Amino acid sequence: MSEVPLLAVSAAAKAFGGVPALRGASLVVRSGQVVGLLGENGAGKSTLVKSLAGISTLDTGTMLLDGQPYEPSGPRDAEARGIAVIYQEPSLFPDLTIAENIFVGRQPMSGRRVDWATMRDEATRLFEQLGVRLAPDRTARGLSIADQQLVEIAKALSSEARLIIMDEPTAALSASEVARLTGIVERLRAGGAGIVFITHRLDEVFEICDRVTIMRDGRTMSDRAISDLSVAEVIRDMVGRDLSDLYPKTTTAIGAEMLRVEGLTHAGTFRDVSLVVHEGEIVALAGLVGAGRSEVVEAIFGLRPYDDGSVVFRGTALRSGDTASRIRLGMAMVPEDRRQQGLFMTASIVRNATIAVLDRMRRLLMVSGRAQRDAATDWAQRLNVKHASIDAPVQSLSGGNQQKVVLAKWLMTDPKLLIVDEPTRGIDVGTKSEVHRLIGEAVAGGLAVLMVSSELPEVLGVADRVYVMREGRIVEELARETANQELIMTAATGAAS
Amino acid sequence: MTTATMAPPSTSLRRVLGARETPVLLVLVAVVVGTSMVNSRFVSRQGVRDLLLAVSFVALMAIGQTFVIVMRHVDLSVGSTLGLASYVGVVAMRNLPGVPLLWLFVAAAAVGIVVGLINGVLVAVLKLPALVVTLGTLYVVQGVQAIVVASKRVNAADLPKSVVDLGINSFLGIPYLMWAVVVAAAVAAPIARYTRFGRDLYAMGSNPDAAVLVGIPISRRTIGAFAISGLCAGLSGALFLSRFGGTDVNAGIGTELSVVAACVIGGVFIFGGSGSPVGAVIGALLLKVIGTALPALSIKEFWQDAIIGALIIAAISVDRLVVVRAERRRRLESRR
Repeated sequence: MSEVPLLAVSAAAKAFGGVPALRGASLVVRSGQVVGLLGENGAGKSTLVKSLAGISTLDTGTMLLDGQPYEPSGPRDAEARGIAVIYQEPSLFPDLTIAENIFVGRQPMSGRRVDWATMRDEATRLFEQLGVRLAPDRTARGLSIADQQLVEIAKALSSEARLIIMDEPTAALSASEVARLTGIVERLRAGGAGIVFITHRLDEVFEICDRVTIMRDGRTMSDRAISDLSVAEVIRDMVGRDLSDLYPKTTTAIGAEMLRVEGLTHAGTFRDVSLVVHEGEIVALAGLVGAGRSEVVEAIFGLRPYDDGSVVFRGTALRSGDTASRIRLGMAMVPEDRRQQGLFMTASIVRNATIAVLDRMRRLLMVSGRAQRDAATDWAQRLNVKHASIDAPVQSLSGGNQQKVVLAKWLMTDPKLLIVDEPTRGIDVGTKSEVHRLIGEAVAGGLAVLMVSSELPEVLGVADRVYVMREGRIVEELARETANQELIMTAATGAAS
Repeated sequence: MTTATMAPPSTSLRRVLGARETPVLLVLVAVVVGTSMVNSRFVSRQGVRDLLLAVSFVALMAIGQTFVIVMRHVDLSVGSTLGLASYVGVVAMRNLPGVPLLWLFVAAAAVGIVVGLINGVLVAVLKLPALVVTLGTLYVVQGVQAIVVASKRVNAADLPKSVVDLGINSFLGIPYLMWAVVVAAAVAAPIARYTRFGRDLYAMGSNPDAAVLVGIPISRRTIGAFAISGLCAGLSGALFLSRFGGTDVNAGIGTELSVVAACVIGGVFIFGGSGSPVGAVIGALLLKVIGTALPALSIKEFWQDAIIGALIIAAISVDRLVVVRAERRRRLESRR
């Protein structure tokens, strides 16, 4: 290990409009090392990454690259200095070819012409180096997120990046895709690159990382070798308290049958799905990304048609695609992609939270602003939404707090069945347990919950019953008492244990 | 068509077949062949000549417009720019008697570039939506045109013979004005496909946010693209003048919609990111061919607009379908 670290950030501070995002953060990365950067949402990780990527500049503090001062003037400059960032959801150019996506803005030239042949060959070579197969000539439109990340990694390699920052790369990947990514990270490390790996999945940290840097409230709390750390210590450093009750489970009496789905089929997507959810029960739909879980719950909620099968909710048989009746009967759904499907990002907390219950707040013909505000304030307090003002646009909230607003919106409708799709995806540990507590409380009041989740600890910690899906079918049903990580993964992957 | 000499024949063939321009070209050929089978006079020498003359200035504007649409903007000011440029060209030639024909083009080009730069700066620096900015400059330029031209009418008799001749004569059976379009396309196509400038425009249109992240000089590129569109619109003014042997206060009004239509029909994706200048020229040709084919087929003229409208919707529907299919494929692939 060299004396001078590849990257050394110290005493980094940055404020946005008076609100400090970083106040004394530090980060040290050496060549051939994978550093896990952990912290709750809002801890300042993204701000630090943006400074390194040349997208924003620090107010104070120093960044040294190879011992030399590093103050990137922009993303292009950061790239030229050998720093590359792979974002959770890469932003490629869908109309351009994969090869051009790798080289955009710095295409190989012969004379004054873009040299397409060299560009293709280089792309092919990079993919070989990564050990993956992607056709350089096809357009990037329709690539899976995992493949999009590969294009970004190829881009990093092509610019001879020595420091590669991966910002939650695994959040949207299936297990096999994560395994492939892990392999690539190891190759990059063996090639001498320094890697910063940001994730919320602690198991990955212990699998991939050499060191762990933990941030909280804009400060670096600890920087230790992975061998000196335990999961409990990591969590304590992240949240500043022991989360012994990370998944608080309140057992409630299981009541009458609420939802019965039989033989639900949509050709090419899911087949013969049958399940039951009772009053006061949390049922989880586990499985790998792409197993068809989201599609099934969307069909149950009427957002997606199905060819065959039946959905009976509170004794009423429902037609395919009829979302309005379902809502009227008390079914509610919190979608997976809250930014696109669950919230009006530029509208205020009040408007977002009350949009589903405006009927109830009508005075004569007009919606009562006071009733809206009262209801929203009440729920914002109950859900512990951290906000400057309930008139603030929801896009100003952190991801976790946005999710709480979506939950508030639906809980306000007083639903009988709540469908939640990845309720805590991309949310920090502290907020996660709050979301779980909220769902638990609602269930204690008689609510039935059908939850899609890719996080096994969440499934195991929260659910009363677990259905496991694989390739569009339900392959296993497990009770809370018998369910464990191995059984679920075995069923989900179809692996013989 | 683009034929890569280095690549093995299978790939270049596939590229030609897969090109966005190919289906439009096939439709064009089908319409020409079909119509001439019904009415043999459709492809007469005179008919082709008239058609090409009528296409020329719309096609030239469409070439310029391509650069703007590809980066997910639009330039609606081209019609009135044409009008103003045609008149300024006349003034330039009249006040400098005996000057070569070149000055007509220089003056017209200058008008176009100025309007283009104004558009570009307003869009790039003030971050205003191009639709509104160019709608504004459309009216401003039209207003200037009205003041400058007023009730004056320029006729062929007022123009130097060289200008009028340019609009009449042909080379190898193709009118000079169409040659101007061919030259412009031959210059524009490599700019779009083989220069940093061109590639950056495609990237900007395909994903504006990502374009910022990879450090593309957005403002410079935006201004450059609008300048090209303005330049082409200005030069079209010169073509217009030659073609009609004159100009007046109404010259060019309304042509911007034909230009956008030509681009869209020619495979330039209205949401940016794909399409080519050559496609836009083919689109302009198809637009005019349909316009002349209908009378030749004794179909009532008022169907023309409806058919062109249907073509535009068909063109964007195909694009939408491609996107939907790609996304579905992604869903199916991600299940393995």
